[in-house]
Amino acid sequence: MEIGPYILLASLEGAVTAAVLALTAVGLSLVFGVMRVVNIAHGEFFMLGAVLAWWVANTVGGHPAIGFAAALIVAPVLVGVLAALADMTILKRLNYDPERTIVATIGLLYILQQLTLMTYGPDARPVEAPFNQRIALPWIEHTEAGWQMYYPWGLSTTSYKLAVIGAAAAVLAGVWAMMARTRIGLLMRATQADREMALAFGIPVEKVYALVFGIGAGLAALAAVLIVPIQQAHYLMGADPLLLSFIVVIIGGLGSLPGTVVAALLIGLSDGIISVFFSPTLAKILATLLVGLVLVFRPRGLFGTRAP
Amino acid sequence: MSRDTARILALHGGLLVLLFVAQFVLPAYHHGNLARIMVLASYAIGYNILFGYTGLLSLGHALFFAAGMYGMGLGIQHGGLSPAPALLAGVVAGAVVSGALALLALRTTGVAFMIVTLMFAQAGYLTILYFGDYTRGDEGFVLQTAQRMLWGIDLSDPTNRYFAAFTLFALCLCLSLWLVRAPFGRVLVAIRENEDRVQMLGYDTHAHKLAAMVISGTISAAAGAAYGLLFGYVGASFGSVQYSILPLLWVLLGGAGTVLGPFIGALFMFYLIDLSSGLTAAYMLIAGVVLVVLTLFAPQGLVGELRRRFWKGLP
Repeated sequence: MEIGPYILLASLEGAVTAAVLALTAVGLSLVFGVMRVVNIAHGEFFMLGAVLAWWVANTVGGHPAIGFAAALIVAPVLVGVLAALADMTILKRLNYDPERTIVATIGLLYILQQLTLMTYGPDARPVEAPFNQRIALPWIEHTEAGWQMYYPWGLSTTSYKLAVIGAAAAVLAGVWAMMARTRIGLLMRATQADREMALAFGIPVEKVYALVFGIGAGLAALAAVLIVPIQQAHYLMGADPLLLSFIVVIIGGLGSLPGTVVAALLIGLSDGIISVFFSPTLAKILATLLVGLVLVFRPRGLFGTRAP
Repeated sequence: MSRDTARILALHGGLLVLLFVAQFVLPAYHHGNLARIMVLASYAIGYNILFGYTGLLSLGHALFFAAGMYGMGLGIQHGGLSPAPALLAGVVAGAVVSGALALLALRTTGVAFMIVTLMFAQAGYLTILYFGDYTRGDEGFVLQTAQRMLWGIDLSDPTNRYFAAFTLFALCLCLSLWLVRAPFGRVLVAIRENEDRVQMLGYDTHAHKLAAMVISGTISAAAGAAYGLLFGYVGASFGSVQYSILPLLWVLLGGAGTVLGPFIGALFMFYLIDLSSGLTAAYMLIAGVVLVVLTLFAPQGLVGELRRRFWKGLP
């Protein structure tokens, strides 16, 4: 393959990564923006989404599409409820003190991870995609006979991958609409802007917090359900999404939703292309150093305008 | 010597005497465990200086522990050093790494500080994996008995190992006790309580925090180097996030900002995990539950609770 089709293939794979990453990171960003807490257990909510998707798809049986559709609804809702419960029983009692919350969510991370290990086991298990047609992509090349369209070997994607990109975009639009157009979004934004004033105006801040924490975790779980037919469900799969979401949220500006989506596209697309040129470990080293340095020198993030 | 000072010296000296004597009484299994706990407690003591006394919560101390361990291990394995200079190399590596990270990370505060330390430690861990040709990555490498002869003393022998661990722990404990009762340590505690006020009183808070981080990192590196040398194994897992979380756990459990807390926490946690790993492979579950329960109900830790209830002057 020449370099052109190769880059196209890398960007298509990157777009799938970016779509899933944007969902996960928006969940993290929402929680950080509204509640001002850093949720280290976010990656484990992602993992739980994938594991529950496997469980639901296996329980339902029948055509893969039925199981998958059920998982698409059940897994995020279950994870969201679980997260809201964790918020009400643990985080609320810590008064959302940033440092103690981090320690508590680290504890939560180990609890979720190890409980999954004890029940689901150490194996990686696949979920069948609801539909999965291979789509060959054409490429235009200049030959002696002029411009010609042909199908290079290996340049292809699947209908499912395209659907993931579409679904992620739809959900993101939904989140935006919820924040900008609905009453509950208004309450969230009011809480984000000034917690005390919101309380004074009779907004049930604690319920808003529980809801936001639940939605944040639910988004991560939804992202995991979408990716699980491409990757497999495994009890340690939460680490990478957590790291990448952090990178995205920090580069996109802490708590800024549009910035988060832009950064997710940037990171997701460049991740696919960078790993063509560097070894994955080196790419990860560069990425973590980048996050550290951005936080040191641009604490508001590359696109952020407000102080965190 | 005031009465309080005498009591403090009696308590901490008493623990050291107890640990010294324990060597002759304990059965072999617990004897080996205690040697390990004392090295890990030294790591926790280093962590406590930054977290407990200065109020800076680092999530990247595994970087310093690993710097010490690899400074020592690579020095022996590839530099052909004997253990004494190798230990020194490990400690120096820890001092350099913690100094460099402090210069960067101390530009941030609060949550950003935690994430910056976490990210740099993760980069350090990945770097160990990346140079797998030298470090042998996750698999790690074993130091042979012949490479572990410190001044003619065989450190792989359990008795010698116990005394080496005891010496390290006693040094760290005394250093930490002296440090937090010295004017320098008082300033650190004042920074933890109210940095702006300390600054207004004319102290250079940045220099104090920098020094605290380098001291903390150097002690952690000494513990890392000793751990590798005493137990003969150097591996990348000691640089992973888990080893940044563990000292935090020990210190929280024992009591942040207390001299004895790190040891009590490490002892308690070690046996908790030791007992539970007999029941299940998912022993980190215990660590998670303990973390959550501690942050909820006993943010002061065991020794911290003692101090609150019985002895206000406990350092």
